[in-house]
Amino acid sequence: MNWSLPENIATYGGKIDALFWVITVVTAIAFVLVEVGIIWFCIKYRRREGQRAFYTHGSKSLEILWTAVPALAMVALGLYSANVWAQIKGRNSAPSESLHIAVSAKQFEWNVTYAGADEVLGTSDDFSTRNQLHFPANRPILVWLESEDVLHSFFIPQLRVKQDAVPGMTIPVWFEATKAGDYQIGCAELCGLGHYRMRARVRIHEPEAYEAWLDEQIAVRTDPGLPTAVAATAGSGGNDVDDGQEARHEHSAGGM
Amino acid sequence: MLEKTGLLATVAAAGLVWACGGGGDADTGDGDTAADAGGETAAPVVDPATAGAISGLIAFEGEAPAAERIDMAEEPECNNAYPGEGALTQNALVSSDGKLGNVFVYVKEGLGAGFPTPSQPAVLDQENCRYHPHILGVQVDQPLLIRNSDPILHNINSQPSINRGFNISQPQAGMETTRDFGMAEVMIPVKCDVHGWMSAYVGVVDHPYYAVSRGDGSFSLPNLPPGDYVVEAWHELFGAQTTNVTVGEGATAEVSFTFNAGMARNAVPLGDPLIIKHADDGSITAVREQSGD
Amino acid sequence: MATIVAEPTGIPVVEEHHEMSFIRKYIFSSDHKVIGIQFLFLSLFFLLVGGLLAMLMRWQLAWPGRPMPFGGLFPETMAPDGIMLPEFYISLVTMHGTFMVFFAIMLLLVGVFANYLIPLQIGAPDMAFPRLNMLSFWIAVPSGLIALASFAVEGGAAGAGWTSYAPLSGMPEYSGVSMGQQMWIVSLVLLGLSSILGSTNYITTVINMRAPGMLWTRMPLTVWALFVTAILGLLAMPVLSGGLIMLLFDQTIGTHFFLPETGGQPLLWQHLFWFFGHPEVYILILPAMGFVSEILSAGSRKPVFGYKAMVGAIVAIAFLGFIVWGHHMFQSGMNPVLGTSFMVSTLVIAVPSAIKTFNWMGTMWRGNLHFHTPMLFAIGFVMLFVIGGLSGIFMASAPFDIYIHDTYFIVAHIHYVLFGGALFAIFGAIYYWFPKMFGRMMNERWGKIHFALTFIFFNLAFFPMHTQGLAGMMRRLYDTTGYTHTADLQGTHLLITISAFALFSTGVIFAINFFGSMFRGERAPPNPWNATSLEWQTPSPPKHGNWEQAPVVYHGPHEYSHPDVTDKDWLAQNERPDVVSPAGH
Repeated sequence: MNWSLPENIATYGGKIDALFWVITVVTAIAFVLVEVGIIWFCIKYRRREGQRAFYTHGSKSLEILWTAVPALAMVALGLYSANVWAQIKGRNSAPSESLHIAVSAKQFEWNVTYAGADEVLGTSDDFSTRNQLHFPANRPILVWLESEDVLHSFFIPQLRVKQDAVPGMTIPVWFEATKAGDYQIGCAELCGLGHYRMRARVRIHEPEAYEAWLDEQIAVRTDPGLPTAVAATAGSGGNDVDDGQEARHEHSAGGM
Repeated sequence: MLEKTGLLATVAAAGLVWACGGGGDADTGDGDTAADAGGETAAPVVDPATAGAISGLIAFEGEAPAAERIDMAEEPECNNAYPGEGALTQNALVSSDGKLGNVFVYVKEGLGAGFPTPSQPAVLDQENCRYHPHILGVQVDQPLLIRNSDPILHNINSQPSINRGFNISQPQAGMETTRDFGMAEVMIPVKCDVHGWMSAYVGVVDHPYYAVSRGDGSFSLPNLPPGDYVVEAWHELFGAQTTNVTVGEGATAEVSFTFNAGMARNAVPLGDPLIIKHADDGSITAVREQSGD
Repeated sequence: MATIVAEPTGIPVVEEHHEMSFIRKYIFSSDHKVIGIQFLFLSLFFLLVGGLLAMLMRWQLAWPGRPMPFGGLFPETMAPDGIMLPEFYISLVTMHGTFMVFFAIMLLLVGVFANYLIPLQIGAPDMAFPRLNMLSFWIAVPSGLIALASFAVEGGAAGAGWTSYAPLSGMPEYSGVSMGQQMWIVSLVLLGLSSILGSTNYITTVINMRAPGMLWTRMPLTVWALFVTAILGLLAMPVLSGGLIMLLFDQTIGTHFFLPETGGQPLLWQHLFWFFGHPEVYILILPAMGFVSEILSAGSRKPVFGYKAMVGAIVAIAFLGFIVWGHHMFQSGMNPVLGTSFMVSTLVIAVPSAIKTFNWMGTMWRGNLHFHTPMLFAIGFVMLFVIGGLSGIFMASAPFDIYIHDTYFIVAHIHYVLFGGALFAIFGAIYYWFPKMFGRMMNERWGKIHFALTFIFFNLAFFPMHTQGLAGMMRRLYDTTGYTHTADLQGTHLLITISAFALFSTGVIFAINFFGSMFRGERAPPNPWNATSLEWQTPSPPKHGNWEQAPVVYHGPHEYSHPDVTDKDWLAQNERPDVVSPAGH
């Protein structure tokens, strides 16, 4: 069983994890106080022959104490959290040198559009991958998140990032990874029967490796060498035809 | 949504071609039968002594659209079945001698009603993340057996216009589900939302006279009672065409259709471009540029 | 209470209620006690249904894709060859939440106990509007049956979660469910109507029908909690109904309130739903807090510690409950500045919860604790509610919520609040008021065994979900083995599933005790717990009209161990001051 958070690879992940430990300590104190208190009372004040309960309607000073202490703790926690929140999700929190990537979610795929060599989205050298998100480590990434159909949620646990994708909205999400590696995007908002399988590979490259990957992708996509879909010669697929009344079960491969 | 838009556009484009060709109601074809074809004969029981046939070829002129790679990298169970180039799109199956496969051909007008419904199911198989067959004909109320031959989840999302649709899943290999369609409809798009490239089209007609052109562009509609018919050929990219045919007693009428590259719909763009705006206060927003129609 | 009814012949007759036919007395009854008991059977039935659905889900999570035992009973649209389909799993997720929240817990708290207890505890002969009350029950019945029947229609039951987020819930193309989703909407619109009728009735009754001397400051905390809950329901339910009808229009007549293609807003549904939904969460916990305060006081033989602070905390929670809905939407795409303000209001709501918890401990402090079954469940409530409340602080902090939002941590939290909290209080309340309802005691030994096993298996089933959530396991996944970060948590799933099966089995002990005691239990005296509030000062069960002699109230609600009363350790609210010396307040 796991009692802690997974590996953190986000630059701001430390702030989230620190918040987790602060809340854990504060709530653990309250937890122990209450649970031990109750068990202790249950033993100490259990029913005894001839014992009579202490008649009281309360204690103003005690009640003020246990109103004020939680109130102060919550205010402190609120201020602390608000600060971290603004740094991570604030409207202007994304660093200006961020690399822009567009992610469009649909039932049940993540389609990722890269800006190409000019690093500007919406130009003709953009290209897309399905269910794969590639980006370099040590550079802020700004994802423009959209959905084509229903709500989805973009979740990469190790990057401590989660943001719902909402049809009709384009939502900025930023993060910066501190190391390269292979991770996964999961969908965290119920989106239909394929929700459990709506995942994508996240490949974080070393900066040079990212450039190489980018060049390779651009080269592949500008390569005119793809054959036309000539039925008789299509190597992998072959014909996929159907003549209606007979031989309907006969097929090799193919179809779109 | 992109796929969906594409499918809708296909249907719309096909409808346009039908309308231009004077085919009348593209959905059922029933209503216009008598008026257009002039024959109300077509008894459900075909006399073998007089039965004729239609056979033909579908030709294609010009350069066929290039195939594109399908990015299946994250579905290794399927991707491994396509070594080398990887899986390619095959919307347009054009043979080296210029013939077009995967065209749905059927008698649109001229037949009566009451043909028996086959109890033998039509099969739609999902194997290596593709539908087999890609173009499928069934009769009204004929069972459609949907099978998953892959060890991964597929869902089968049918999107008819007039029939009742369904959206069901098959998470394991070997699962089979049977459905049927109660009304004639050409064509019903079928897609898998888990694998955006998977699509199939089901043509539902209320008689047994339909076929899908083979790789060499040929098709045949045998055992057809003599009479005057309107035959339609439908292709997912190049739209539909109709032609009038007269089938004599015991004769085989030859029909040919010719599609060309100019009929192809333009590729559906990936939405409007995303414009990212940097405001003076440092804030960044993104908007979709509105297309001006 | 007798009423004069004009017969068709025109001859007025005096209709005595004890002469009523079986149907008028037990089926179409307007007696608040009978209606309360009717709600009890209805809501326990849906508790069973909701539990069964959860067991199916737990099977799939522990052994994904393995045929279920008795799986052959399911049609191939749900589970071909007994193998559960993803769409059926999502229907189970949706309907488990729906049945438990709306038809089990809510009806148990406000349908059963508000009906049964409010008139008895304030000294009234019945509700202000007995026939509205009857109508409220008879609307709830078809409402629940419609929800249940939706499993049988084409496309299956609703599949967009109990929160039914649009557009998944608004477009059948997306979910594969059309009829089932519409039945879900109709069912909840009806339930909302039932709830609004009930709330109107409770509020009117509490304001107008208190016995002489039943000042606001002498009302038992149960009545206070139920009264405030009724106000919450009256204000929140219409918002849900409005949203539901908009969703129904999106589904059926082509409006686009929540569908973005033509300018609709998916977030609008979330705002409407949670503007209802968060007060709803307090509807599900405030009455439980009331029961627990009362049972703890009686079990400790002490007045409730800080009665006025307890009332104040109830009112504060209810008020704050209306301005915290956005904390369900931190990651929804809502403006992050709004997130900050909702975070502050949410953290503030921890304060009245803390007041209540410490006051419960204060109530036990220096008491003379009687560990009967209701007391055990009340203590269990405090111990588990604290865990649910404290885990809420993790998600109230918006930055940490980025990580745990929509994970099993939330599932753990809601079950600690609604099962460990509300349901433990409900079990305590059933054991506590059963003698009053049925005139017989429930079996104490089996009650204690039920408590111990429920407490153990509840924690074994739900505590590990916190750890799954911290590992990043998302909610509502049909199969969690597909992700690298959750694949090795299958062992935890197995532990949870086995514990959940055991937890469900403890329900059998309860059911046998419940039904067995109803017919064979020891005869209950009027006041088996030596309690102070008015319902214990009339026979068990009370007759129609409740009182042999209309009560007059002289004392506060929880006067135990009053120093001036020496022959016993309790002082009934209606004991005359010349019999005993006047109490403090």
